[in-house]
Amino acid sequence: MSYRKIFFAVMRRDLQVAIQRWGDLTSPLMFFAIVTVLFPLAMSPEREVLRGIGPGVLWISALLATLLSLNALFRADIEDGSMEQLVIGPHPLALIMLSKTFVHWLITGLPLIILAPILSVSYYLPASGVKILCLTLLLGTPTLSLLGSVGAALTAGLRQTSGLMALLVLPLMLPVLMFGARATDLAADGFDPTGPVYLLAALLVLAISLVPLASAAAIRISLD
Amino acid sequence: MKIWNWIHKLASPPHFYRMAEFLVPWFMWPAVLLILIGAYGGLVLAPPDYMQGQGFRMIYFHVPSAYLSMLVYVVMAVAAAIGLIWRIKLAHAVAASSASIGASFTVLALVTGMVGGKPMWGAYWVWDARLTSELVLLFLYLGYITLRAAFDEISKADRASGVLAVVGVVNIPIIHFSVVWWNTLHQGPTITKLDNPSITGDMLWPLLAMILGYTLFFVAVLAIRVSGEVLTRESRSRWVGEILRAPGQIGVK
Amino acid sequence: MLEARKLSLWRGANCLFQDLSFEVPPGNALLVRGANGTGKTTLLRVLCGLTRPEDGRVCWNGVNIEKEPEIYRSQLAYWGHLGGLKADLTVLRNLQFICRLNGLDEAAVQPVVTALSLDRCADLPVRHLSAGQKRRAGLAGLLLSTAGLWIMDEPFTNMDDNGKELLRQKLKQHLDRQGIAIVAAHHELDIPGHTLQRLTLGAGQ
Repeated sequence: MSYRKIFFAVMRRDLQVAIQRWGDLTSPLMFFAIVTVLFPLAMSPEREVLRGIGPGVLWISALLATLLSLNALFRADIEDGSMEQLVIGPHPLALIMLSKTFVHWLITGLPLIILAPILSVSYYLPASGVKILCLTLLLGTPTLSLLGSVGAALTAGLRQTSGLMALLVLPLMLPVLMFGARATDLAADGFDPTGPVYLLAALLVLAISLVPLASAAAIRISLD
Repeated sequence: MKIWNWIHKLASPPHFYRMAEFLVPWFMWPAVLLILIGAYGGLVLAPPDYMQGQGFRMIYFHVPSAYLSMLVYVVMAVAAAIGLIWRIKLAHAVAASSASIGASFTVLALVTGMVGGKPMWGAYWVWDARLTSELVLLFLYLGYITLRAAFDEISKADRASGVLAVVGVVNIPIIHFSVVWWNTLHQGPTITKLDNPSITGDMLWPLLAMILGYTLFFVAVLAIRVSGEVLTRESRSRWVGEILRAPGQIGVK
Repeated sequence: MLEARKLSLWRGANCLFQDLSFEVPPGNALLVRGANGTGKTTLLRVLCGLTRPEDGRVCWNGVNIEKEPEIYRSQLAYWGHLGGLKADLTVLRNLQFICRLNGLDEAAVQPVVTALSLDRCADLPVRHLSAGQKRRAGLAGLLLSTAGLWIMDEPFTNMDDNGKELLRQKLKQHLDRQGIAIVAAHHELDIPGHTLQRLTLGAGQ
């Protein structure tokens, strides 16, 4: 059976489940929106201040929203035994993990990217900055989902995990945050953001090729 | 095949325990000696730096700790990988014992960096590339230790934290590079003596002595901790019983 | 042929089994019995390759299953006490997914659904099924595999007499086809025309 077929079979089922649980999908989005509202309230509504912190705030909020959604990434699959079936099945587990993570990104990462330009208006980001914000989120959030999938797989068998997840995963996510926020910042100030954008793309390629292997190893351990 | 048998014999817990018992003094005493010599050379003999005066002397503690903090993570990740791939229990014990040693060196590097930086920067903390990297490294260690603690079963803790260590060691260069990149963009390269010592000979040899001393000290402490770890893990087996019942022995020496 | 060679497993200081060996040739079934907490489920998970034994190994046709896991897994169907079905999806969708992963045509689903009298609830989400119906849906998943080795954990739980009889029939057909079955159960099990091997855990093997 071809790898493409396996990938899409798993993806199709996970999307079917995700559509049934529509309510779960919106909470990271709401979180993203509400966190971006906190900063002007806590700091200052002045245009200059908000313009300065905007790229950082939007990126941090996106990162935290992703982290929040990652907690339960494999929980349901483990509780109903469907993960067990995939693990003892003959298909490459890394491919299945990649497929599951891709679905996670489709239902959380992608909506964030659509929401981001709307929220960026409140931070007075110029159009050039908004464009790069969306591009860096497009390149960065899949990497975040992938890195998070390792954390979620490692903690899948544990009870209390939300704090642990943050501790495990956030340090690994720092480069994505730095490159993403910095590129947006550069573009908003009218400079060339190509460098960090390429670095983000490189990180994504690296993550796609290596991280699923680690997630697969981790989920096998969690199920033992 | 022969070499495999040899490795397995060497990695067998009872053999390791006896070897460690024998070797620890051979590492510990030279380590103490080298650190004392290095400290004397660095704190007393070396001339004060023409730019930073006496403040620079903190590098004799900062540089070896920073170096060890990274070396220990690599040791930990390599041991974890060996444990995962070849299922050598001793390797897992080495990885597990390394974590808290590495975390201690990281804390030491952070503290000495902050104290040493105060006269230069006028503040205990600046977002300098090296300090920031150390801080992230500390979080990586803490994540590893916390993950281990979250598992009840030791074999599961070994393997799960092993995966994390391997993922971490791949990430450390990326994190380090991105922190340096971020730092140069925001502050311009800060030229510090901690980063870039243009050092003369009588400043250098105490530093090398300290680095070697710290490394030997790490090996000795690691051997002691792994011995303890091995005893706990193998507490069911007969050889541990014999050691514990032997006259004059209370647990780990 | 499935072989266990000197399997040992400890949970903390508690020994579940030690130096456990058996072999099950094609066309044979092994009934694993024992009180709660004696390690029946754990043994089955070891045989599946989910849990790693502390000592010993499991061999499929003479090869350690950890050496060639893909070959073994393509021959393995495991029906645990977790059904492995998605509660939010309908029975039909769940079974279609299993078909797709096993490389079967989706047309294979309908006959199995009918054979297990699941027609009436095929379009209901699994979460709305009764416990017995869920078990039947799980059995349907098992029947949609082409595996030669069935490993079943308490398959008779929550089944009505009708379902039990059906399961016994399916097991008989499987053994007649030279399949292998490992069944963990509280109760005695008879399969007409076949003598079962028996293993009792927790009785100081």
